[in-house]
Amino acid sequence: MNWEFIWEYLPLYQKAAWLTVKIGLIGILFAIMLGFICAIIQYYKVPFFKRIVGVYIELSRNTPLLVQLFFLYYGLPKIGIQTNATTCGIVGLAFLGGSYMAEAFRSGLEAVEVIQTESALSLGMNRYQIMRYVVLPQAISVTIPAFMANIIFLMKETSVFSAISLMDLMFTAKDLIGLYYKTTESLFLLVVFYLIILLPISILGSLLERRLRYAGFGS
Amino acid sequence: MPDLGLEILLKGSNMIRLLGGLWVALKISLISVAISIPLGILLGALMTWKNPITKIILRLYLEFIRIMPQLVLLFLVYFGTTKTFGWDLSGEMAAILVFTLWGTAEMSDLVRGALISIPKHQYESSEALGLSKVQTYLYIIIPQAVRRLIPLSINLITRMIKTTSLILMIGVVEVLKVAQQMIEANRMSSPNGAFGIYLAVFILYFIACWPISMLAKHLEMKWR
Repeated sequence: MNWEFIWEYLPLYQKAAWLTVKIGLIGILFAIMLGFICAIIQYYKVPFFKRIVGVYIELSRNTPLLVQLFFLYYGLPKIGIQTNATTCGIVGLAFLGGSYMAEAFRSGLEAVEVIQTESALSLGMNRYQIMRYVVLPQAISVTIPAFMANIIFLMKETSVFSAISLMDLMFTAKDLIGLYYKTTESLFLLVVFYLIILLPISILGSLLERRLRYAGFGS
Repeated sequence: MPDLGLEILLKGSNMIRLLGGLWVALKISLISVAISIPLGILLGALMTWKNPITKIILRLYLEFIRIMPQLVLLFLVYFGTTKTFGWDLSGEMAAILVFTLWGTAEMSDLVRGALISIPKHQYESSEALGLSKVQTYLYIIIPQAVRRLIPLSINLITRMIKTTSLILMIGVVEVLKVAQQMIEANRMSSPNGAFGIYLAVFILYFIACWPISMLAKHLEMKWR
């Protein structure tokens, strides 16, 4: 292990890690919003839109992010839709993550028993109030484990961004291996940086899950 | 209608080559699945043991494999083993190794989850009925665990197929690489090739994975 090399290239990795985290977080944020909208559409069985959401979910869950990104980055400009790598990465992550988040939210919403919404209705609550005060608070606690698992999964998926030439961690590692043949050091830094990014999320996830296990309602 | 580059697909044996590339990806994932399912069942059963040493070792293995992006694992094995052990792994061998390690870890966690999800009173009741330990597992625990496991492991298979798209990055000629070659070769005659070809790859992956995940969904509903 050549520590001088590691010391020298640490800032490069820091920059790359920051880019990975930034694009990852923005993409995940959009994925959460998209997923929430899709889950609501499916929960209320909105006609027509329900179909579109169904097709979208199947398409997005059954194709790899790398293929989605290649299509977005290299394919779409050919029909006149220009994009840059950063936008592509964010759009790709939101497209992939939206369906996973939608499934997580939906299973949470469905876990709230129908009798509760019926009772709320008989108490004179309107649709919005039922969602806000009865369904959502319970759905969220059911959703959290899947939600955290999705965040980790999506953060890991950012590693393929190097394929559309974003200067992320993978790109940096591959570059350094190619340039200096310092394989061990480059890979060591790669693993360390991914641990720094992913371990906290993973630990937070298991902590939340443990706390929420006691917060069950009913059943 | 603008030229979408779809005509490249119909030229010569191009479609067959693309399917051949998909087959490389499918083959690698199927070999890894075939190895990781028995190994995963074994490790999953070991994880329910009370022995602290096996518990810690298995836990570390599982957590490391699960937290690292698969692409990082591919890099570690493909580039790392050459430098550290002097192995000269081909891209395909490295891919099979990584997918087996990853699949085994995921599978063992599914098995562990299925085994511990069976309520304790079922073990106790069967003991009270006078069933032996082997009988308890054979007639009570395993049938229930298998029902929970099958849909989840089918889902794992689709995840593995999707993840094989990454092996392009360690130089394996699979469907995406074939696609790139075809776009490159037809640059002059069909400048818009990238749209049609990548769309075709997208659809091919969907056709490969969708029926499998539908099957998993169906079994999950049926056995709920």
